[in-house]
Amino acid sequence: MTKPLIFELGSPGRTAAGLPEPDVPVTKPEELLPFGMRRERQAELPEVSEVDLVRHYTRLSSLNYGVDTGFYPLGSCTMKYNPKVNEAAASLPGFTGLHPYQPEELSQGALKLMYRLERYLGEIAGMDRFTLQPAAGAHGELTGLLIIRAYHVQNGETQRNKVLVPDSAHGTNPATAAMCGYETVQVKSNSRGGVDLDDLWRLAGADTAAIMLTNPNTLGIFDENIKQITDIVHEAGGLAYCDGANTNAIMGKVRPGDMGFDVVHLNLHKTFATPHGGGGPGSGPVGVKDFLTPFLPRPLVECRVDEEAGKTYYLDHRGGQSIGRVKAFYGNFGVMVKAYAYIRMLGAAGLTEASEHAVLNANYLKEKLRETYVLPYDRTCMHEFVLSPLKSGERKVRTLDLAKRLMDYGYHPPTIYFPLIVEEALMIEPTETESKETLDGFAAALRQIAREALEQPETVTGAPHRTPVKRLDEVTAARKPVLRYQRQS
Amino acid sequence: MQVPDDLKYSKEHEWVRTKADGAVTVGITDYAQDAMGDIVFVELPRIGDSFAAGEPFCTLESVKAVSECYMPAGGKITAVNESLLDSPELVNQDPYGAGWLVEVELDDAAEPAALMIAAEYAQYLASLTE
Repeated sequence: MTKPLIFELGSPGRTAAGLPEPDVPVTKPEELLPFGMRRERQAELPEVSEVDLVRHYTRLSSLNYGVDTGFYPLGSCTMKYNPKVNEAAASLPGFTGLHPYQPEELSQGALKLMYRLERYLGEIAGMDRFTLQPAAGAHGELTGLLIIRAYHVQNGETQRNKVLVPDSAHGTNPATAAMCGYETVQVKSNSRGGVDLDDLWRLAGADTAAIMLTNPNTLGIFDENIKQITDIVHEAGGLAYCDGANTNAIMGKVRPGDMGFDVVHLNLHKTFATPHGGGGPGSGPVGVKDFLTPFLPRPLVECRVDEEAGKTYYLDHRGGQSIGRVKAFYGNFGVMVKAYAYIRMLGAAGLTEASEHAVLNANYLKEKLRETYVLPYDRTCMHEFVLSPLKSGERKVRTLDLAKRLMDYGYHPPTIYFPLIVEEALMIEPTETESKETLDGFAAALRQIAREALEQPETVTGAPHRTPVKRLDEVTAARKPVLRYQRQS
Repeated sequence: MQVPDDLKYSKEHEWVRTKADGAVTVGITDYAQDAMGDIVFVELPRIGDSFAAGEPFCTLESVKAVSECYMPAGGKITAVNESLLDSPELVNQDPYGAGWLVEVELDDAAEPAALMIAAEYAQYLASLTE
């Protein structure tokens, strides 16, 4: 049931609004515009009535699937529900009406919020200072690695040109290392899903700039050797970078700073209540231990205490060793407001409980599914877990098919084919905000699909059946992409 | 899963065919193409590039993931399969034939001897899917 595009609707001359007769002389465009700035022919704009326009976009908006519509267990992405009160806080006119060039004395509330948020994040992550500038997780990684590079350069250790990355890492980690001019060296995982210490021992050396690590990692497993891992890297003279993308599993329980990490980024748009998946805006603040503070981007928000005036907040631009700005102005401020509101709303006890529920929900779902699907790393998981649905000898129904079939049951499919070290991976992250009923419903659907895969595999391999467009031809789309809409004449 | 008898195999699922003139052809195995799924893009090395054994020499992109191919033996690239640039699906359709990746002039002609023979590779595959 393909529906027409807006360009295919309407007819010539139809319009949604009538304009009054002009009360000034009509001038032809060619009398006003030089030749090079004139169109050669009329733009093919849609010509539709108001009701057609409204129906078209209302229908499109109803096709959206988001956390506000249903369960969204997209592993590695933490698609948790974001309370609307945080949106309300970010929409306060005092915040939305701010101008970045407004003087400090007229922006005290905003500066105070940034100052406090920095300290909250420091407490949660076990870090001394944070920059709030980075606008995304990968942006945070780049900032963090630039700080690490500046540190090595400062110490004259320019021979450190390698970054260690475990084979289970987020793809952005090696990409970030490459972006910073480093060579990536892959560290193997052991049979329990953690970093192989022998391999790390062998690889860490005088050319090691840093290790980039996510803990819990992308298998949803907490690496209990983390202190040994950061010790090995430190002994080799390298620094330890924590990709804090999986912070949702550990808030209030354990802190990257205490695990031996020197630098961490947090995804405010995942863990701290900003909706994501729509392309932004996001926020990936980077925290460092004291010895790296000189290299942080400037300005930082500081507080001056005066007996008469009380506390005054100001932007400190000093910092000769700083890597420089990484974002225009001060970062995505609206996201900071939501994170601040979220942290204040839950408090220390609430954040801890959120992590506990995220871990409990994942383990509950894992136990519900273990009879039906292969569990390659069979241990207590953190906030997510990875299934490998493929059983030996049965290759007709693949993970892609299971994911497509889940859409027929009204669920957003989990992450598939990641992490790469698990064949036919299905990566499930339920998040803390889902009820037992929702988890039971999802588990029942996945068990039902497993039955279908055996009894009527074509139902699964032909899925989805109930979506507006059926199975897309991803192969042809990738091999022969059509990148530009051509109007049918 | 096809494992032709006349080839040598690496643990990274590349095959090596030694031709009459001593040069070798390299590709990925049936198992590898099946595990990767539909291949949509092949990035080949340049003729004249040299690689040590175990070094990545070619990148395959499938609908699932991007994977590196690792040199089963050290040597210099003497030819690449340019038809893959327009028809990457050849790797899926005929991994041991039209889907070959590169031709290599080996640094040490004896090196492929250390690779697995077909029976050993078949056993290795069985151990992976246990």
